[in-house]
Amino acid sequence: MFRRFTDREQSNVTILVDGRPIVAKATDSVAAAMFAAGIAACRTTAVEDRPRGPYCMMGVCFDCLAVVDGIGSRQGCMTRVRDGMVVETQKGRREIGR
Amino acid sequence: MTSDYDIAVIGGGLVGTAIAYGLAKAGQRVALLDEDDRARRASVANFSLIWVQTKGLGMPEYADWSRGAADLWPQFRDEIAALTEIDLAFTRPGGFHLCLSDAEVEARSSHLSRINAQPGMTPLPYEILGHNAVREMLPDIGPEVVGASYCPLDGQCNSMRLFWGLHTAFYRSGGHYRSRHRVQSLAARDGGFIATTESGAISAGKVVIAAGNDSRRLGAMVGIDAQVRPQRGQVLVTERMKPFLHYPTITVRQADEGSVMLGDAIEEGDTSLAVGTDVLAKMADRARRMFPGLANVNVVRTWAAQRVMTRDGCPIYDESRSHPGAFVANCHSGVTLAPRHALTLAPLIAGSHVAAELPAFGTERFDVSTVY
Repeated sequence: MFRRFTDREQSNVTILVDGRPIVAKATDSVAAAMFAAGIAACRTTAVEDRPRGPYCMMGVCFDCLAVVDGIGSRQGCMTRVRDGMVVETQKGRREIGR
Repeated sequence: MTSDYDIAVIGGGLVGTAIAYGLAKAGQRVALLDEDDRARRASVANFSLIWVQTKGLGMPEYADWSRGAADLWPQFRDEIAALTEIDLAFTRPGGFHLCLSDAEVEARSSHLSRINAQPGMTPLPYEILGHNAVREMLPDIGPEVVGASYCPLDGQCNSMRLFWGLHTAFYRSGGHYRSRHRVQSLAARDGGFIATTESGAISAGKVVIAAGNDSRRLGAMVGIDAQVRPQRGQVLVTERMKPFLHYPTITVRQADEGSVMLGDAIEEGDTSLAVGTDVLAKMADRARRMFPGLANVNVVRTWAAQRVMTRDGCPIYDESRSHPGAFVANCHSGVTLAPRHALTLAPLIAGSHVAAELPAFGTERFDVSTVY
């Protein structure tokens, strides 16, 4: 569904999403990198455990929450990727201490 | 003259609605006169606790009243569920008052032993626990938690559903809820009362003033001196978390749906509803010291509200001497006492037995010339 602009020169980084290596552009947000890799759902809802993915891509909707480097409820669209970053989809409610 | 209703209850918060439900259940024709959604409801300050372990210093009758309320909660929960299909999410695992210093432990220990030393007191069961004993029950506490008091009588519920459940139960019992009926004046007429509201006049044989911090104004119109004052509190609510806190504490609790509520503020002399970051920061800091895993958690809502506080912190229940048939009910524990108000107090109001059966809670205790 999503495709990149091809006229921008950017270096690649690799992040892990649920253990799977994803190649992203260095200026990608976590949410953009996941979309580009074909991952639409970054979390499930806190009450009914339904899949959700990034919606507004500008920090407003809080639908793009994910566990980033062990910290839950990070906004994927507001977090830039970093080589070696570990991202996990957030399953339901956040856990205390992460 | 025939009155519109047997009883008009003024105030559609937790206290008024519980009483109104109890009266309707007892077969009375009841009107519940409320403001609109902009009302400065004291109920907004509630913390969903069913709490016994801090109640009754200076008035053992209040300790017994609270303990009895907690004992009535399972029956009350079942009654509301049968009538409304609403689950009040009541649990009673016992509750903690966490302490962050030896001085706080000493203060808790002293407070509880003074409560139990009162003549006529049915002793409360409680334990003063050290850090390790607390951690066995609350594994996520931090090293700064020195100890705690634990009382097995304490519990919690979902207070939003309590409010919804009471209103639904009142409606299904035949009661009439009247929004946008702020009572401007109250007067005796033809052996009953007439309440003049912003939406017209309502007549009733009896009237119950359960209007929180507006009760003093209304009580004065029917010879009741309801000495209450607003006491500000603030609440912080986090995002929903997986269950980790299986016992309520008096300042930090996890709701059945996962949110963690922090409420640790008592502010006198500030009648505003603005939140203050200085107080909120202190509340959050104490919660973080109690449960370090909360440090990174997102806060999603915060608000301030005005509790209803009497001079001695205990409820006021009374009937007017000059205007029999006019009653007052005020307290700051509308959640804990909801079953008491619906199942015990409402029938006493219907039968005009409040002053005879609950003398300790009368307004005359604040009269300096009264010896009791």
